[in-house]
Amino acid sequence: MYSAVNHNSKTKGRIVRGCLAPHPPHLVFAANPPQNEPQASGAGAWQGLLAGYAAMRRSLEAAEFDVVIVHTPHWKTRRGHHLLGVEHFKGLSVDPIFPNLFRFNFDLHIDVELAEAIHAEGEQRGLVMSMMRNPEFRVDYGTITSCYLTRPAFDLPIVAISSARSYFDYSNEVGEREMLALGEATKIAVEKTGRRALLLASCSLSHRHFTEEPEDPEDPAFEHIYNANQAKWDRHVLDLIERGCNRQLLDEMPDFMEQSASECKDGSLTWLMGAMDVPQLGGIVHGYGTVIGTGNAVVEWRLDQAEVQV
Amino acid sequence: MAIGSSRGTGVSSTQPATDASGATDSTAATGRILGGYLVPNQPHPLLAPEQSPGWQSLHDSYARLRAEIEASDADLLLLFSTRWVSIIGHQIQADPEPHFWVVDEDFHELGTLRYQLRMDAAFAETYRECANARGLHARTVAYQGFPIDVGSITALKLLNPNNRIPACIVSCNVYSDRQETLVLGKAALDAVKKSGRKAIVVGVSALSNRMFTDYIDPATDRIHSLKDDEWNRKLLELFAAGRLEDVSQLSREFSRQANGDSKMKAIWWLAAAMGQNNDYRGTVFDYQPVYGTGAALVGLLPYPGAGGGLEYDEDDSGFFHGDRNVIATAEASAAPATLEP
Repeated sequence: MYSAVNHNSKTKGRIVRGCLAPHPPHLVFAANPPQNEPQASGAGAWQGLLAGYAAMRRSLEAAEFDVVIVHTPHWKTRRGHHLLGVEHFKGLSVDPIFPNLFRFNFDLHIDVELAEAIHAEGEQRGLVMSMMRNPEFRVDYGTITSCYLTRPAFDLPIVAISSARSYFDYSNEVGEREMLALGEATKIAVEKTGRRALLLASCSLSHRHFTEEPEDPEDPAFEHIYNANQAKWDRHVLDLIERGCNRQLLDEMPDFMEQSASECKDGSLTWLMGAMDVPQLGGIVHGYGTVIGTGNAVVEWRLDQAEVQV
Repeated sequence: MAIGSSRGTGVSSTQPATDASGATDSTAATGRILGGYLVPNQPHPLLAPEQSPGWQSLHDSYARLRAEIEASDADLLLLFSTRWVSIIGHQIQADPEPHFWVVDEDFHELGTLRYQLRMDAAFAETYRECANARGLHARTVAYQGFPIDVGSITALKLLNPNNRIPACIVSCNVYSDRQETLVLGKAALDAVKKSGRKAIVVGVSALSNRMFTDYIDPATDRIHSLKDDEWNRKLLELFAAGRLEDVSQLSREFSRQANGDSKMKAIWWLAAAMGQNNDYRGTVFDYQPVYGTGAALVGLLPYPGAGGGLEYDEDDSGFFHGDRNVIATAEASAAPATLEP
C-alpha cells in the first residue's frame, strides 16, 4: 500500500541501488497477478527470469528506499526527455503489441517534486526536458512491468522518465552523451531532494524478436535466443558487468547496440550508468533468459554495500 | 501549399478495380477497391489546427477528402497505420465499437483524443484469413481499453467523423520489409474481393519524418530541411501523376534520403493493395509541415491506361515464408532459454 513520505531535503539523498530490470510483459503475464486480466497457463517458458526477479526482490529487501526511478523504452519521445508530472495515475494499460498478455489495472503514485528536480537539473545541462501534466495519460507498460516485477506492492512513489529518440534522430554517440547527462541530472536531483532512490533501467540486452508466437505464448519449446550472435554479445556484456568493467561497457555500447539490435539503444542502461557515476563495481546478475528471442538480464548494483571507486 | 491534381478529382464508383492478385473467384466479383489515400500520422490537424497555418490548412483540406469519400459508395475504410507498431506479425482491429481515449506520448499538451469508432469485425476476420493464406502471421484484436493509435484516430475522425462507413485498421510490423509488406497489401485486396466490400484504402504515414527535437513556435513550423522538402515534392510530383507504383519503387531511396516514415511501408502496402501499377488519377490535396515532418493529403483513383512505363527495381512477392530460424544457427537453436550468468 502506498503511503506518502516526508522527505528531508536537508539530508543529502543518494542512489542506494541500481538495477537492470527488463520489461517483457510476458513475465507479468506468467506471474498471474490480480491486476492483469489475461491468465497464463503456467507452462514455464520464462522461469529463469522470474526466478532472477524473485532473487533481486529478496536482495532489495535489505535496503530502504523512498522512491523508484524508472527509465522506460516504451514511452518514446522525440522532443527531449519527458517525466510524469501528475501525482496519481489509475487506469487500464493494454499493451498495443501484446494485448493478449498484458491488460493491467495500474494505480501509481508519482514523486512529482523529484521529477521536477530532475527536469530542472536536465535543463541546466542543456537537455530538452518536459513535464507530462495530462492526467489522462496512459502510463506505458515498460514502466508498469519493471516496477511490478521489482516491487509488486507498488508501495513507493515512482518517477518515470521517457526514452528520447536521440539515438535514432541523430546518432548513437549523441544518444550516449545525452543519457550520461540525464543520469548525472538524476543523481544530483536525488541528492538535492534527500531521497533514497532505487533506479531501474527498463530494457533488454539483445532485442531481435521472433515475429511469431505459439498458441500458448508460455510454451517453453518455442523459447530460445534469436541467433547465436545475440547470445554471444549478451554473454560478453554480462561478463563486463560482473567484472565491474562499466567504462569498457560504455565504450563498446554503440557496437553492442548495432550488432545485437540491443534495446540499450533506448538509453536506459547508459542513463543508469551515468546516474551511478559509471562505478567500478560489479553487478550481481540474478538471472538471464530469453523472451521471444530477445536476451534479458536481471542485474543489481549494490551501491550501498560497496566502496565505489569512480 | 497545394501541389494540385494532374487529372482532376472525384471518386468514381463505376471505375473497375484493378486486379493484382489474379483471383478468378467469380463469386467474389463485387468486392473491389474504389480508391486510396495517403494521410499524415500526427494529431495536430485535429487537436490544434488553430496553432499553425499548416495544421489549419491540413484540417481544412480534409474536407475535400471527406466529400470524395461521401460521394463514393464505399462501405469500408481500410487503414494501414505506421503509428500502430506490432512485433508478432500483423494485428487487425476487430472490436466492433472501440471506445476509449489516448494521449499522444510526445504531444500530450495538445489534450486527450477520445474516440468511439465503428469497425467492420467480419472484414477483419476475413483479412486475417487472407493474410494467413499468404503465409503471414496475423491475428485480430478486440479488447476493451486497447489504445488505438493516434494516427488512425486522427484519420478516421477527419475522414469519417460520424462513423458512417465502418473501418478496419492493420498494424505496421516493426521488422517487416518490403516483401512482407507487399504480401500484406495483396492480402488486403484478397480480403476485399472475398468479402464483397467496396473499399477505400488509406495509408496513415508521414513523408519525410525528421521532426524538430526541441519545442518550436507552431506558427513558424516548416519542413525540417530543404533537402527533405525537395524529396517530398519529388514524391508528390509522382503522386500527382498517379504513378503509385513508381513511388513504391522509389520508397527505399526516399527513406534513405529523407528519413521516410517507417521505410515508407504505408506506400508499399497501399501500392500492393491497389494493384502495383501507375494507372491512377492522382491528386495532392495538401502538403504541409507538422513539427518538421512532411504531411501530405493525397488521393489516388483507379484510371486504367493512365500510367506510363514501369521500371521495376525491386522484387515482387506473393507469399511470406516467415523469418523464424532463417538466420538462426544450430548453436543458437540449441542454446538454452536460460543461461547461467
